[in-house]
Amino acid sequence: MKQPIRALLGKRLVFFDGAMGSLLQQNGLVGGEAPERWNISHPEVILNVHKAYLNAGCDIVKTNTFGANSLKFTDDSYTAKDVIGAAVSLARKAVKECGHGYVAMDIGPSGKLMKPLGDLSFDDAYDLFTEMAVCGKEAGADLILIETMSDTYEVKAAVLAAKENTDLPVFVTMTFDEHGKLLTGGDIPAAVALLEGLGVDGIGFNCGLGPKQMKELLPELRECASIPLVINPNAGLPKLVDGKNCYDVGPDEFAASMQEIAEGGAWVIGGCCGTSPAHLQKMIELCKDIQPKPLTDKNRTVVSSYAHAVTFGDRPVIIGERINPTGKSRFKEALRNHDMDYILREGLSQQQNGAHILDVNVGLPEIDEVQLMEDAIVAIQGVIDLPLQIDTTKVEAMERAMRIYNGKALINSVNGKQEVMKEIFPLVKKYGGVVIALTIDENGIPATAEGRLEVARKIMETAATYGIPKKDIVVDVLAMTVSAEQQAAQVTLKALKLVREELGLYTSLGVSNISFGLPQRENINTAFFTMAMQNGLSGAIINPNSKPMMAAYYAYCALTGVDQQCMDYISVYANQPTAPATSQVSGDMTLSQAIIKGLKESAHAVAAELVKTKAPLDIINDELIPALDDVGKKFEKGTLFLPQLLMSAEAAKAAFEAIKKHMITIGASEEKKDKIILATVKGDIHDIGKNIVKVLLENYSYDVIDLGKDVPPELIVETALEQDVKLVGLSALMTTTVVSMEETIRQLHRHKPDCKIMVGGAVLTPEYAEMIHADFYSKDAMGSVHYANRLFGNDA
Amino acid sequence: MELNRKEIYRYLGYKGKTPDETIAQAVESAVSELTRVMKPKAVSRPIRITRPEENTVCLDNIVVHSKSLYQHLDTCAEGVLFAATLGAQVDLLIHRYNVLDMSKAVIFQACAAEAIEAFCDQEQDAIEQEAHSKGLYLRPRFSPGYGDFPLQYQRELLPLLDAQRRIGLTRTDSDMLVPEKSVTAVIGFTPVATSCHISRCMTCKAKNCPFRKD
Repeated sequence: MKQPIRALLGKRLVFFDGAMGSLLQQNGLVGGEAPERWNISHPEVILNVHKAYLNAGCDIVKTNTFGANSLKFTDDSYTAKDVIGAAVSLARKAVKECGHGYVAMDIGPSGKLMKPLGDLSFDDAYDLFTEMAVCGKEAGADLILIETMSDTYEVKAAVLAAKENTDLPVFVTMTFDEHGKLLTGGDIPAAVALLEGLGVDGIGFNCGLGPKQMKELLPELRECASIPLVINPNAGLPKLVDGKNCYDVGPDEFAASMQEIAEGGAWVIGGCCGTSPAHLQKMIELCKDIQPKPLTDKNRTVVSSYAHAVTFGDRPVIIGERINPTGKSRFKEALRNHDMDYILREGLSQQQNGAHILDVNVGLPEIDEVQLMEDAIVAIQGVIDLPLQIDTTKVEAMERAMRIYNGKALINSVNGKQEVMKEIFPLVKKYGGVVIALTIDENGIPATAEGRLEVARKIMETAATYGIPKKDIVVDVLAMTVSAEQQAAQVTLKALKLVREELGLYTSLGVSNISFGLPQRENINTAFFTMAMQNGLSGAIINPNSKPMMAAYYAYCALTGVDQQCMDYISVYANQPTAPATSQVSGDMTLSQAIIKGLKESAHAVAAELVKTKAPLDIINDELIPALDDVGKKFEKGTLFLPQLLMSAEAAKAAFEAIKKHMITIGASEEKKDKIILATVKGDIHDIGKNIVKVLLENYSYDVIDLGKDVPPELIVETALEQDVKLVGLSALMTTTVVSMEETIRQLHRHKPDCKIMVGGAVLTPEYAEMIHADFYSKDAMGSVHYANRLFGNDA
Repeated sequence: MELNRKEIYRYLGYKGKTPDETIAQAVESAVSELTRVMKPKAVSRPIRITRPEENTVCLDNIVVHSKSLYQHLDTCAEGVLFAATLGAQVDLLIHRYNVLDMSKAVIFQACAAEAIEAFCDQEQDAIEQEAHSKGLYLRPRFSPGYGDFPLQYQRELLPLLDAQRRIGLTRTDSDMLVPEKSVTAVIGFTPVATSCHISRCMTCKAKNCPFRKD
């Protein structure tokens, strides 16, 4: 009875096989033909390839199923499942006939990019990979190899599919470029954090690079990984010779490099594109007696985004707190309106001000928090590359967020109550994550530092029973309000120290809690912040837009030497004005001027002042609209161009924001605005034209419902009916999608005859527009504004 | 890789005029940022070209029914299948600017549009040399989507180039390329030396396109 593969790891080196594709090409596979088809059409060739590798000494053969997913494998005669079944049995047959070996179900990429970049959703990718994993398992695979992945999001879907639907060991190798970056921008620490969090059995590199280049990247991998390393390079880089792809590293050179890679810490080695049984045989000859190098737990407390990882350590980590509705009426309104753009801008400004991680809290009683949390996380991770802190008390929202999060998240929070730990810890174990542990339990918040330490200890020990290691717990000892409790600050500071020293856990705090109820809170907050960091605060949930708080942070880092030679401090505070020269607020600039000149910051500042003394509607009618009309006319005349039109539009938008904020603060109710739906039709993903029109229509006070791109007609109709919308704007760039437009118009006319439709986009002409029965053809950005104004009777 | 500012201004709708200082500066900023994040990659593969009947072209084993491609590849017996991309990081940045600031978004997008064309031109140099060594000249690149060369052919061209694995280039269900700033094209080799004077807009039927060059 052979050992399970996990038992071999660490005892001796384990050898993967080499390339299948290049060998099939030598046997007559033509360009563009799916190699997986040969499992059924040329089984003896596949069997012989497997046997050749096994006879060369390889331990694991990869099934010929790299592209055998239902999206990519589109054959007339066979399904993906057919070829997977055939592939696994051929591999099993080879293992039997050779008397040794393991069968790895090979899962390659889906062939598509994930949303929002491409059009493959996370859930659809998951389903795709589930089919492959289940098929492979049922046909008798010993393990699953997820390989050649160049996107953290796609690899997460694949790993969850493998782990939730089978109990097989899972190895994951990803394709990095020579700078150690994935196609979607992720680096090695980000990939390691994600994959270790998901609990895979082995992690490493394959494809894209030759052994020499992978050897260069190996130290970085070894430095952050705490699980076995798998390295499967190409036989060098491909060169086109006489019309064929040739890889230029021969068996001897390959073997020598792989020996260095084994000496460098890899436990599982093999080959990818361009390798052959000869390559693997030489490699195994040289490497078979090498003892696997020691593998240590790196004990990193690390979270990650799709792009990079953030570790807790000597330098405190800034967690931006602004994406949170508590006490923010403008934010609450944005959430009610599903205004993702507002949330994104809040996130981006915190990033610009130095946040390392962003807290995301969208808890409002009157909205569907589960859906909103998902939408917010998806929107934010599509635009911002910082790791996120999932902040919610609703378990369903937390679970869904953890599932679709592109990385390893910070989870806020768990506490010492049994029922809470029971609900949260299994999620953390499954999806990975660093969980913030609040020192509160069934007995409430301990009054003493020692009391909080004990709750922290209890949480840590309970987490261990779920298989969650210390390194994935960060303790929040709670900062109570000093104005209500004299000793609040002292207790917190002592608790921080105790947790760090006695438990060796990192810590976090919602710092500004300390000053609740006191005047000039920032004074207290900044002092407390410094004291807390001195006493062991590792992660601070603060407002990074607060200059005094960030000053305290940078000063602390400089003073403790974590900011070497005060370099960061100097670069932030040296005498450089950070605002661009054109945007300073001058006392005598009018709002009109700011808009015409396209000065965003000035427009915002002037509007914020103006709205204290002048009614919003007057500001809009007297200054905003005339300025926009002026700019619009110049654009149409050709004396002003698109970038300038948009700068003015952005300035107007900033002015609106200032006005709106003021209105909400004084509790004024908002004017009912005419609604307009905008969408790029099904089949088209070009949306810049639509986005330009959106900004302009919002300038003119329309309530734009932006349904996005690739939108099916049914959704447009449904939204128009639900919200009683009288004008829809459709955009399409491509001739092929004009058909979609036609269908959308037909459905709208049928179900909502009182709704007008305007169309635009480079491919459209007035003739086309008439042919598809649109009500109006907009030849440029301003056209839609004029039509809307006429339609709704807003043209003066 | 040199980015032609005139082309960038053209994509911004300047129709031959020069933008003012503010916009010119914004363009330079965008070019800097683009240069930092883009990861241009290309892949190509030689193909045989035959024209078995009117309006039908064979590129190796791929049979294409297209009058415009048929006419474009007149006199070509061989050529190259070509694909290039600026990479996903450019898409991410365009997406971010669409949220943050539309004026920056259009400028960045215009720079990226010029960058992918400039990159293709640069990669074509090596292909040109290969053609010259056989006494042949290059026809301008011709992509699915031009004329009546249907977009659906992306489904066959991309696998033939192993584009996803080699340069991370994929397509959506509706045959649009992802990452966005990407090109796939057929480049024919011809023995006839006259061909390369055709500008990009001359073979395009969108007469009222605001960015038209002529």
